[in-house]
Amino acid sequence: MTKALDVRGLTTRFETRSGDVTAVNNVSFSVERGRIMGLVGESGSGKSVTGFSILGLVEEPGHISGGEVLVEGQDLRALKPEALRKLRGSKVAMVFQDPMMTLNPVLRIGDQMAMAVRVHENMSKRAAWERAREALEIVGIPAAGERLKAYPHQLSGGMRQRVAIATALLHRPAVIIADEPTTALDVSIQSQILAEVRRLADETGTAIVWVTHDLAVISSLADDICVMYAGRIVERGTAEDVIAAPRHPYTVGLIGSVPSLHEPGAHLPQIPGSTPQLANLPSGCPFRPRCPRASDLCATEPPLIETGSHSVSCHRPMEAP
Amino acid sequence: MAKLDWMDAFLKPGTVGSGGYTHLLGTDNVGRDMLSAIFYGLRTSFIIGLSAGALALFVGICIGLSAAYFGGRIEAFLMRIVDLQLSMPAILLALVLVAVLGQGVGQIILALVVAQYAYFARTTHGAATVERSKDYIEAARSTPLPTSRVLFRHLLPNVLPPLIVVATVQVASAIALEATLSFLGVGLPLTEPSLGSLIANGFKYIHTDRYWLSIYPGLFLMVTVVTINLVGDQVRTVLDPRRSR
Amino acid sequence: MLGFLVQRLLQAVVVIFAMSIIVFLGVYAIGNPIDVMIDPGATQAIRQKLIEQYGLDQPLWQQYWTFLSNVVHGDLGTSMVYNVSVIKLVFSRLPATVELVFVAVMIATLIGIPAGIYAGYRPNSLLARAIMALSVLGFSVPTFWIGMLLVMAFAVNLGWLPSGGRGDVSSFLGLRTSLATVDGWRHVIMPAFNLSLFMMGLLIRLTRAGMVEAMQTDYVKFARAQGLPDRQIVFSHVLRNISIPIVTVFGLELGSTLAFAVVTESVFNWPGIGKLIIDSILQLDRPVMVTYLILVVILFVLINLVVDIVYAQLDPRVRLKGGK
Ligand SMILES: Nc1ncnc2c1ncn2[C@@H]1O[C@H](COP(=O)(O)OP(=O)(O)OP(=O)(O)O)[C@@H](O)[C@H]1O
Ligand code: SF4
Ligand SMILES: [Mg+2]
Repeated sequence: MTKALDVRGLTTRFETRSGDVTAVNNVSFSVERGRIMGLVGESGSGKSVTGFSILGLVEEPGHISGGEVLVEGQDLRALKPEALRKLRGSKVAMVFQDPMMTLNPVLRIGDQMAMAVRVHENMSKRAAWERAREALEIVGIPAAGERLKAYPHQLSGGMRQRVAIATALLHRPAVIIADEPTTALDVSIQSQILAEVRRLADETGTAIVWVTHDLAVISSLADDICVMYAGRIVERGTAEDVIAAPRHPYTVGLIGSVPSLHEPGAHLPQIPGSTPQLANLPSGCPFRPRCPRASDLCATEPPLIETGSHSVSCHRPMEAP
Repeated sequence: MAKLDWMDAFLKPGTVGSGGYTHLLGTDNVGRDMLSAIFYGLRTSFIIGLSAGALALFVGICIGLSAAYFGGRIEAFLMRIVDLQLSMPAILLALVLVAVLGQGVGQIILALVVAQYAYFARTTHGAATVERSKDYIEAARSTPLPTSRVLFRHLLPNVLPPLIVVATVQVASAIALEATLSFLGVGLPLTEPSLGSLIANGFKYIHTDRYWLSIYPGLFLMVTVVTINLVGDQVRTVLDPRRSR
Repeated sequence: MLGFLVQRLLQAVVVIFAMSIIVFLGVYAIGNPIDVMIDPGATQAIRQKLIEQYGLDQPLWQQYWTFLSNVVHGDLGTSMVYNVSVIKLVFSRLPATVELVFVAVMIATLIGIPAGIYAGYRPNSLLARAIMALSVLGFSVPTFWIGMLLVMAFAVNLGWLPSGGRGDVSSFLGLRTSLATVDGWRHVIMPAFNLSLFMMGLLIRLTRAGMVEAMQTDYVKFARAQGLPDRQIVFSHVLRNISIPIVTVFGLELGSTLAFAVVTESVFNWPGIGKLIIDSILQLDRPVMVTYLILVVILFVLINLVVDIVYAQLDPRVRLKGGK
């Protein structure tokens, strides 16, 4: 069976006055139907740019300089702009981080959603509103008919994020990219939404790329995990493998700094050093200046080491169990 | 200014007049050399524009800072007046004031100040209310420093950048406004050539082929105003805190 | 909404009343109009008679009181220059100005907003840069000078359009307007274009700034991610948002355009109230000045009221309330 999403060697560069930056560097991963893949990394590691690159929505001064994005086997990068636009929202959808900003403040929820319905399907306004209402019910919004008539400012943050998710679901896309959609919400609403998303993935078969910098969230939600550092995927595997037996020193550091993944009462180690400047990365492994295991060898490009479905890009990874 | 000679009236640009003097931009209806009249007018325009701008700046700063510093009713009252005035077009205010005050350089400047100070007051007030909430003003306020010292030593330097931008634009518009009033005949008298009154004078001959009477002073006016505006734009870009991002 | 309207109308009455005092005092502080009106050789007796006729010997408050009670009876006095009722005089000139301002505002809107949208949508394109450069000219170069150039070019040199005056008037849907005749349009188009430039420049800048900012927002990115075409994003999502500041400025500029009609009417010899007010200032015709200014204040108050209502319609976050 073809994978819902297959990204191969995706590379996105920004040409700025202060130098060229490769925000997404030769990124490859795939997600199967009904599965949730967590994309984890520090702020600035290129997670959002990866998401926008998949949809072909990178804005100036950025451009996608290489790679393939296959959605159900179809290469989005080979499509003409107009054909690609028609797939956005219908085959690949995206949800953003800040629910306060993603909805247009001066349009009613129903009008915004109906617009999203009618752009891909020829139907009357009434039918589109009906469709929007159903979508709101699917994500667990009570009194959906009433909500459609509301303006965004009349809804809470959690409610708005559900509206955004419902909008992404309207056309039953093969893939949804969720860019930190719960970061701005408080914990109880966050876990409610996570539960809904899990259920949706199982029921609809939609593949989900869940972007976050919060490893705790991802460890309970995701089936697979990709760890991103300075624009590259440094480790990739099933959630159990990556959490229980991390192999990249960066992943080890990340897991070490999450309280719930750690022995209670123990000292929480932080990863030393600061997030890298993409404009001037060291040669070889970008993690080198902060890596406790670094050696001279690391000044050269690290190899990709694969053991089964678990792969890591490192000269001296932790031992496989 | 070059000598007047009735024989020299309406000389075309580039003609040599009776005084053996080449009139590069021609002469006007009473034989004045256009170029020197324009330079004289330009000087008048600048004197008026700059002094009106400076005075309006001063008045506006005082009102804006006081409003922001004292707060409460004083603030509400002052800003209410400023807002009311801002909703009135400057030309209308200036027109009425000139009508009330009469013609002359001093009167024009006063009219322009009254018509324009509100822009400075609003800008100062806006920037100062942002600053006011910051700690250092609170700290300065709680020391026994005199009020004026807190206002001018502490608050003012921080509201200056946006004011500079407004000031350049306002000087340009003061010059344009003066020219407009003079053109309408309610500004400076013709005996006191400003660019506006020169153009007004030339306008009488617009249906003849004596274009140089109005075109040249107009060109100088346009170049002046546009240049000041462009400088203002440049200053804005340089001072914009978002630029470096 | 009703409470809001009532409150605003009451406020408006107070503002207009206050303004009438200010205007009255201001205008009456100007030199003695009698000196301007009568021939210097007139006898003292004639002079005295005129002063009494206009009530100029009364104390100021009494003059104001007389003025106010006359206003209540719909009488704003008699022009000292034309010797006709001021109301009649002003209303005979008003249609010409309304016509001019109407056409100017239409031109400014129909050119300014689309140009601004384009310049904001493709901010780096050559055309956008050209539009922005022209907009700077539009609101920094004095109107009268551009008007003069227009006259020189299109009336004097090319002879395509008349250099001034209002064209033939004819009836259209019961309105007497020069916009109903071709000749009328030939006369109005140049002054209206001239008058529109300032507002056009402002609308271009404002629309562009709004567009540039809006195109960066998350809701636009989200709309893109839903597959909406840019055309629809601009017209259904963005315009609605940027129309809020545009409406505000539009209202303010309507008043300003009305005021600037003074200049354009002088350049193009357009027989509207702008020309009337200049003439009355030069001739110290007090009743006309007072009436004109009060009329302008009323218009301003009305425009602001309409702007507030439209604003509330456009922005669901704003609710109109009476009281605080
Ligand atoms: N418009 C832009 N211009 C220049 N560089 C950019 C631009 N957008 C992103 N980048 C570069 O891409 C890098 C990755 O950005 P991205 O937004 O993908 O990070 P992220 O992983 O999503 O971080 P966060 O957790 O903060 O959302 C940034 O560090 C920056 O260097
Ligand atoms: S390649 Fe070297 S520096 Fe990079 S993570 Fe592995 S051990 Fe550390
Ligand atoms: Mg991000």
